Amino acid sequence: MPPEPVQEIKRRRDAALAALVEGVPYIRFLGITFDRRGDELTGVLNFDPKIIGNPALPAIHGGVTAAFLEVTAIVTLSWSMLWDDLEEGRLRPEDLTPDAMPRLPKTIDFTVDYLRSGLPRDAYARARINRSGRRYASVHVEAWQDNRARLFAQGTAHFLMPGGSERPG
Amino acid sequence: MSEDDPRARAARQFIEALPHCRALGMRVDRAGEGVAVLSMPWAEQLVGDPRTGVIHGGAVSALMDTCGGAAVLCHPDAPAMTATIDLRIDYMRAAKPRSRVTATATCFHVTRSAAFVRAEASDEDGLVAVANGAFTVGP
Repeated sequence: MPPEPVQEIKRRRDAALAALVEGVPYIRFLGITFDRRGDELTGVLNFDPKIIGNPALPAIHGGVTAAFLEVTAIVTLSWSMLWDDLEEGRLRPEDLTPDAMPRLPKTIDFTVDYLRSGLPRDAYARARINRSGRRYASVHVEAWQDNRARLFAQGTAHFLMPGGSERPG
Repeated sequence: MSEDDPRARAARQFIEALPHCRALGMRVDRAGEGVAVLSMPWAEQLVGDPRTGVIHGGAVSALMDTCGGAAVLCHPDAPAMTATIDLRIDYMRAAKPRSRVTATATCFHVTRSAAFVRAEASDEDGLVAVANGAFTVGP
């Protein structure tokens, strides 16, 4: 069988990512989008005046920074859960309607560390899944603006995996 | 909040003028003596799970962070300005769809360089999340 055409692979992956992100009103409200390179995601917090906390500085609201980290962590974890099914053909992006969406992880706790104030421009974040077990996952997430090495915030989140609250049968 | 307390009044005016707090419809219900009560209405744009209408954890984080900052600003020994150093939030359950969420934060200790805060968020059925944070004091 010939290899799958590259544009077909891209279309499938981009459609699945869009289904995961675009159905969530709060992600749209904050203006968060995702860039994808293979399976790697980068969250983008597109600047808008409504995300400003203190207009005197001005700086991005700490709550928006926390939400951006949390959204990036949960989307990255959900994406990693879908990836194998998507690539092996068990899941088709057209099946990912809001009603048929697989159950997503739930946040148990979230710690955010504010390193410097968020400047009034776009911000980026990437999450690393340090553990993804049957019941729990631990995800670290980093956010930066102008320089990748100069973080303005980082966070760690723990998640309950879908079905993870059920007792083993 | 007693409106004759200038510090509490300043804290309320400051919080309610912040662009993101206005975007979320946050209201300062009470502020004074290091305790702040802030609430936020349910809104379609805050939904994290469209199937259930439950608001995103990030919106609860934004309310808790703002409420923590307000508690620091209305503490008797507080600085004129503060910023969050860190915040840990434990999500106990999903907030009830279409219910207002109210956060209460207490600034329980202030040193020359840091202020310590605990906060709780509740909907009409009870406790939703708790948080602990450290905030800066001074410039």
